[in-house]
Amino acid sequence: MRGALAILLALLLLGACAREGDVVRIGSKTFTESVILSDIVADLAAASGARVIRRPALGGTRLVWNALLSGEIDAYPEYTGTLRQEILAQLRLSNDRQLADALGDLGLRMSLPFGFGNGYALGMRRDKAEALGVRTISDLARQASLVFALSEELLARADGWPALRAAYGFAAEDVRGLDHDIAYKGLLDGAIDVVDLYATDPQIADRRILVLDDDRKLFAENRAVLLYRVDLEQRAPQAVMSMLRLEGRIDAPAMIAMNIAVKTGLRTEREAAANFGATQFGVEAPAPSQSLAERLWRRTREHLFLVGVSLAAAILVAVPLGVAAAKRPRLGHAILGVASVLQTIPSLALLVFMIPLLGIGAPPAIAALFLYSLLPIVRNVATGLSSIPRAIRDSAIAIGLTPWRRLLLVELPMASPAILAGLKTAAVINVGTATLGALIGAGGYGQPIFTGVRLDNFALILEGAIPAALMALAAQGLFDLAESRIVPRGLRLKATG
Amino acid sequence: MTSRIFAVADPWNHARARHLSDVTRRRGAVMIRLEHVSKCFGGARVVDDVTLTIEPARTTALIGPSGSGKSTLLAMIVGLVTPDEGEIEVARHLLTPLSAAKLRSLMGYVIQEGGLFPHLTARRNIELMAREMRWPAERRTARLEELLRLTRFPAEALDRFPAELSGGQRQRVALMRALMLDPEILLMDEPLGALDPLIRADLQDDLAAIFARLRKTVVIVTHDLAEAGFFAEQIVLMNHGRIAQQGRFADFVERPAEEFVTRFVRASARRLADLPLPPEGAR
Repeated sequence: MRGALAILLALLLLGACAREGDVVRIGSKTFTESVILSDIVADLAAASGARVIRRPALGGTRLVWNALLSGEIDAYPEYTGTLRQEILAQLRLSNDRQLADALGDLGLRMSLPFGFGNGYALGMRRDKAEALGVRTISDLARQASLVFALSEELLARADGWPALRAAYGFAAEDVRGLDHDIAYKGLLDGAIDVVDLYATDPQIADRRILVLDDDRKLFAENRAVLLYRVDLEQRAPQAVMSMLRLEGRIDAPAMIAMNIAVKTGLRTEREAAANFGATQFGVEAPAPSQSLAERLWRRTREHLFLVGVSLAAAILVAVPLGVAAAKRPRLGHAILGVASVLQTIPSLALLVFMIPLLGIGAPPAIAALFLYSLLPIVRNVATGLSSIPRAIRDSAIAIGLTPWRRLLLVELPMASPAILAGLKTAAVINVGTATLGALIGAGGYGQPIFTGVRLDNFALILEGAIPAALMALAAQGLFDLAESRIVPRGLRLKATG
Repeated sequence: MTSRIFAVADPWNHARARHLSDVTRRRGAVMIRLEHVSKCFGGARVVDDVTLTIEPARTTALIGPSGSGKSTLLAMIVGLVTPDEGEIEVARHLLTPLSAAKLRSLMGYVIQEGGLFPHLTARRNIELMAREMRWPAERRTARLEELLRLTRFPAEALDRFPAELSGGQRQRVALMRALMLDPEILLMDEPLGALDPLIRADLQDDLAAIFARLRKTVVIVTHDLAEAGFFAEQIVLMNHGRIAQQGRFADFVERPAEEFVTRFVRASARRLADLPLPPEGAR
């Protein structure tokens, strides 16, 4: 019986190993169209029998590109213009033939175009444009004192804003980089006058928006393709063949329709993708529907994992560092200096710095959160220890306690209120910052928040924001409770005459 | 009673105490010796070339105005401050940062405001070192009971925290803590400095009785000449880090060594003598 069980187990293990080669990891950028395309691709790969891991909405172009290069993912949807003008801009590739060669040198391969372009365009609110008499980009260039909010990609691309500015001779001064979906919301609210649009944006179909005529034909073609690692062809040839069925099969109206369906909340990305796969290829990919409770529970686990591991590691490292800082003032200055510098790095930048070292997903997020939690703990431990009155420190020495016993029996208990306050601050900051983990594929409460922002879905934002706030409050409550348990009663009394 | 208090100390301590009494209790013997000791803090010479011997089983008072170096001198004897120049010997052992840890077991130290650990009850404060040394519970309890009788501290207050005790009670707890391991030397830095006059007088009487009973080497720092005269057989008056005069109380009045001594004595004597005191029995 036991022998049979062992054999069964061994077979299962072997099976698992054999299947490992078939795993196809599909990523996407954070905007809706990219997520939908990645889901269609994933459904096609799954239809070939491969095991598919979906990493949707990983981050911006650079991040997803690097994830593909390092092998964190095997494929993601990309655009030829973005590849030529942004990612590989320094190679000055003049056509898609050269682009394919350059990708081959990097161990990557590009599919034929899916069938639609996604060039840039500039858009204004129709009423505002009509009031100003603006119909073309040339008209727009003559207007001063308009507020532009353009996506960072357009601002950075060689064929983007710099080229536009040079070709049309823009007078506008107030040009900001802003997330595309947020900029669009600002446009409708009237806070922003001009935004950039993609050719397949649902906004293109919005009657309130006027797409300005690119009268000098500056915006290039930007065709959607699948980008994948060459080694995938050996590892999962069936999956690659299946995915490549998408070549030439999505036209612009179909893509716009899917974008609208998702943006208006009619379908999720998975559902829109599954619907497309079913009608075009007869691929059955039932989108897994999770109840609100299941989703919440999964994200709570992910979030708690990020917070718990990073905070525990920070406590283990920061408390000894704080003690060292209090005991050796010069070393203390150095330690607090480094921790303060870490704190000044913007959280998003820190997260992105971690990716080359630790890849995507939970590890880089945990590392970044760990670094962020150090300062409040180190500082409070050091301050708590140094603020112990001299008479008490002297008494502890004179009474004959060894340095270790002094620390354990006198100094740490006396500093415990300050130390716990530091831990509480670190925990609350940590819970909040962990929502950014969703930007690099770590999951957690940030996932619905960022998806909600992308889809302009307030309910979805709340689905992440409310639990995150509750978890922060719970962390605070937990540490308040710990304070009443751990801080010695004698320290909470007010001295009498 | 006195002998009992010595007898309870741990065997090593006890043997050492006997050894010390053999060696040092003779007349003219030396318990603490300071030889050309100086200390600077940030350029200021707080203790300046002090040479001093302290005899065993006697009470010595270090007095002087604020900043005269008396507390620093005491802190150097207990090893909290390392002298810049000169040597200190305690019980014939040279005091160094290395030997200080061992020599501290010979010394009990009481500081102004007590220096009690606020997170521990009075009992835990007193027993801390005995627990560290793994004294059995019966031995701790026995020693504690002796100290309670000695310091007239109410047993029911033992489980209170320092913040729940009066100033006088805190000083009694600090004294018990210093005496718990029965050290040969008791060093007190302005132990009564922060107390109001009535509690102070009360504790002065009790301390004098305790010193007389224990016959330990006591060094007490005070800025009050009357208090020094009340406690001490030997008074050391300091000024600007130097010893201005040392001797008995009468010497300071009858044979002042320098003008500063005369001024200090007169200033100390003036306070109450110049005021009209209420007649005896007045309400």
